[in-house]
Parts: sequence; structure tokens; C-alpha cells
Amino acid sequence: MRLLRPLEPIQRQPALVAGCLIGGTILLAWALATYGGMVRTDFLPEPHKVITAILTYGSDGRLLEAIWVSSRVVLLGFLLSALLSIPIGLFMGSFRLVQAGLEPTINFIRYLPVTSMVPLLILWLGIGIEQKIAVIFIGTFFQQVIMVTDVVARTPKDLVYASYTLGTGRFSAVFRVLLPYALPGICDAMRITMGWAWTYLVVAELVAANSGLGYMSLQAMRGFRVDIIFMAILVIGFLGMISDMSFRLVRRRLLSWAE
Amino acid sequence: MLLAADKVRLEFPRAKGGTVVALDDVTFSVEPNEFTVIVGPSGCGKSSLLYLIGGLHEPTAGSIALSGKPVRGPGPDRGMVFQSFTLFPWLTVRENIAFGLRQKSLPQPEISAIVERYIRDVGLTEFADAHPKQLSGGMKQRVALARAMANDPEMLLMDEPFGSLDSQTRMVMQELLLTIWEQQHKTVLFVTHDIDEAILLGDRVIVMTARPGRIKSDIPISLPRPRNPDIVLSQGFLAIKRAILDLLHEEVIRSLALPG
Repeated sequence: MRLLRPLEPIQRQPALVAGCLIGGTILLAWALATYGGMVRTDFLPEPHKVITAILTYGSDGRLLEAIWVSSRVVLLGFLLSALLSIPIGLFMGSFRLVQAGLEPTINFIRYLPVTSMVPLLILWLGIGIEQKIAVIFIGTFFQQVIMVTDVVARTPKDLVYASYTLGTGRFSAVFRVLLPYALPGICDAMRITMGWAWTYLVVAELVAANSGLGYMSLQAMRGFRVDIIFMAILVIGFLGMISDMSFRLVRRRLLSWAE
Repeated sequence: MLLAADKVRLEFPRAKGGTVVALDDVTFSVEPNEFTVIVGPSGCGKSSLLYLIGGLHEPTAGSIALSGKPVRGPGPDRGMVFQSFTLFPWLTVRENIAFGLRQKSLPQPEISAIVERYIRDVGLTEFADAHPKQLSGGMKQRVALARAMANDPEMLLMDEPFGSLDSQTRMVMQELLLTIWEQQHKTVLFVTHDIDEAILLGDRVIVMTARPGRIKSDIPISLPRPRNPDIVLSQGFLAIKRAILDLLHEEVIRSLALPG
């Protein structure tokens, strides 16, 4: 069978069919389990309940408000993190001395579970937007720094050497060669860590918040409204998908030179 | 005398401790407008020597001077073409060739004129706006050559630039290099392990020993110019080739530690 040869590309149509088939099966199983009475619907809602929840919450503005609150926090935390991690990673990847100085500390912090710092952050920053941004920042920044460092450090040395023999100085090679060469990899690192930023947002909102998608979900749990929990999960999934697609689009459009 | 290397020695630390001597007592000079080729068995340090002259690595002992000034680091006075593909992938062919010129802050019309001339010289007019990923290996090295030449260095260092190309492409590249060189007689120091290539291109061929690399022989190539690739079949060419083959054969045997 042509479709099952290792590494061989397949056409668009079978790819689409395969994707729809898996997604459709999951939806079908969900419908069968709930409408067929195989599970208690107070624990797993029927599909139409979730759609109704989306329609009601979507039309009265509560859903949009929660999306706005959560997205803003994610974007702020993520941007703050990226704004610092890209230059720091660029210098760590370029200069072994900078790397040797910062890496031990960063690696130590990187392996601390972010959740273990949430109580401290609540004490320090309260339960407002600052606390949530801080959780996202801590969750993504240290990972981003290490990923950016790796990408930059993988630049072939001869590329930098070539720039030297064309008159580029050691310091300006960082910006003229290492940074542009690393951009596609940096873009990928940002795309991946964006997903983690959403994870930490929900963590922060579940523990301490008074608005947002995670908070909405927690409230729904207290009222035994599984349909709303499902709605929140679906919405977060879609938002993640949209941000992932935007990163891919930027990479394809602006960095089409990359192999 | 444009370039002078005096008792150059290069040691590498060995991973398990101790040192490897890559180059030892290398002394030679290059005259302006001369095309010098260095051949040697693999691992003899011929590429390392080129990196030292380029200022990309530092010698353990000895000195290298360009126009009487000691080499302390890399600079645009020594252009280099590498064996690996070193085009900047985010720049087009045109922008790659302009890379060095832009940093000299020449006026834009002057940059354009130089760039267009070299794009023509290496026959890539149709690919001027292509990115490196759209180019074949031979095309990439043509751009690398144009990029180095456009910067008008005092000396051009070439480290097995055609080493990773297939043999047909390599022949075309050699011919192209000869044509360009005949026009301006830029001083070239060219490293290769291909004897035919060395004799075809060079005014002289320096043969190096197996590690530690020393200069074994310095052979003038008095074949008439302009040369074309047919010359490899001539009697004069074959006689020189035989002599160099004999010299290298001893070294290859020695480097492989085979019973000679």
C-alpha cells in the first residue's frame, strides 16, 4: 500500500480523510456514550448541551469577556518572556562565557515546578493580573532562554567565519549572522512555548482568579455544570490552535528562505 | 612578497590529554598575483594552515604577515571561500554578494555595479533574486566565489571549494575560476587534495607531508596560460603529475601507517 511506506509523502485527500476519520470517531464515540446512556450525563455532557452552552455564553458576552481576559494575560506574559528570552538566549548562544555564567542558574530554576511557586506569587502579588502574568512568565521564560540558546549555538561556525572574512566584526556578527540565521528556530521555539503559556494560564486561573476561562471552568465545577467545563476546554483548544497557526503562517511568509 | 608564513606551528589539545601537532615549521611566501596551490594527504593540516592565514585560528608559534603586517585576526583583506556551503540563507544571491560591500559603506550605485558584474561573471543572472536553498551545490560555490571576489580582497583563500561537488561540476568550476583569474590575476592560495586540480590551476604547487604537516616540496608549474581543462592530457602535465603523485604516495602510506 502506497499510503503506508515509511517517510513517503501522501496526497492531500487521504491526509484529510485520515484526520476527519479520527476526529469524527471521537465525536461519534462521545455521542454514543452520552445519548446511548452508557455514562452519567452529569459527568460527561451530551454534545448538544455543550453547543447550547457555547451559544448562550457566546451571545450574552460572558464567553468573549473570559476569552479577552485570558488571552490578554497569556499574551502579556508570553510577550514579556519572549522580549527578554530572545536577546538573552542570543547572547548565551553566541558567547560561551555568557552561557557558562547563566546556564547553571537557569537550568536549576527551569526544573522547579511552576506550580510550587504559585503560593509564593499569590502572597507577593495577590490574585490579580500580575500574579497570572508572573506564573506564565516563570513557566515559559526559562524554557525559552534555553531553546533560543540552543538554536543560536547550532549556527555553523563557517558561516560566522565567512562573515569575518567579509569585514564583519565579532560583535556585529551576532546581529548580522547569528540572529538572522536563528530566526526560524526562534520562531519554532516561540510557537512551542506559546502552548505552555496557555497551560500555565489555566493553572494560575484555577488557583486564584476572579475572571477568565480557567475561573469560569472552576465556577462551573462548583455548580456541577460539565457542559461549561467542556466549553472552556474546547475554547482553550481552539485558541491554542489559532496561535499555533499564526506562528506557522508567520514562519512560512517571512522566513520562507529556511530549508 | 604579499604573504609570509614563518616557522608556523599549530598544536591541538587532545581530548585524553597531551597535544597533537597539526603543523610544524611551515615557512613559505606568496608573491602578488601568484596562484599558489597547497596539496597534501587528508589530515595534514592544509586547511588549518588556510584558517591560520585567514586569522580564524591562531598559530601556537611562528608568525604570518600580510604585506609586512602581522596577521592578528580575520579581515576583509583576506577573502575566503570555504568547502562547506557558507552562503547566508536569508539573503538572495544579489544580497549575499553585496554583504561585504555594504559593510564598507560604499555608495549604493557602486555596490550595485560591482554586484551585477560578478553575478554576470559567474553566470547567475537568472538567479540573482533566488535564495541559496533554490541553488545547486555548484551554483552556491559560484556565489561564494563572487561574494569573496566582489569584496576585492588583497588575497583570496580557497579551502577545497569544489571538494563537495560532483566531478563534472568541479571541472566547470575550475574552468570558470581560471577564466575569472585570467582577467584580474588576484593573488590566490588554494587548498585541495586533487592533484589534477592543483596542477591545472596553480603557478606553483606546495606539497605537504602527512601529520605533522610540513612543507615537503614546492614545485613551480610552468605550463603556459591561459590554460583550459584539456591540458590535463598533455605530456608536460602528466610529467608533473607523476612527480607529485610520487611525493604524495609516500605521505599517504606514512599517514595510514602502512608498510611502505
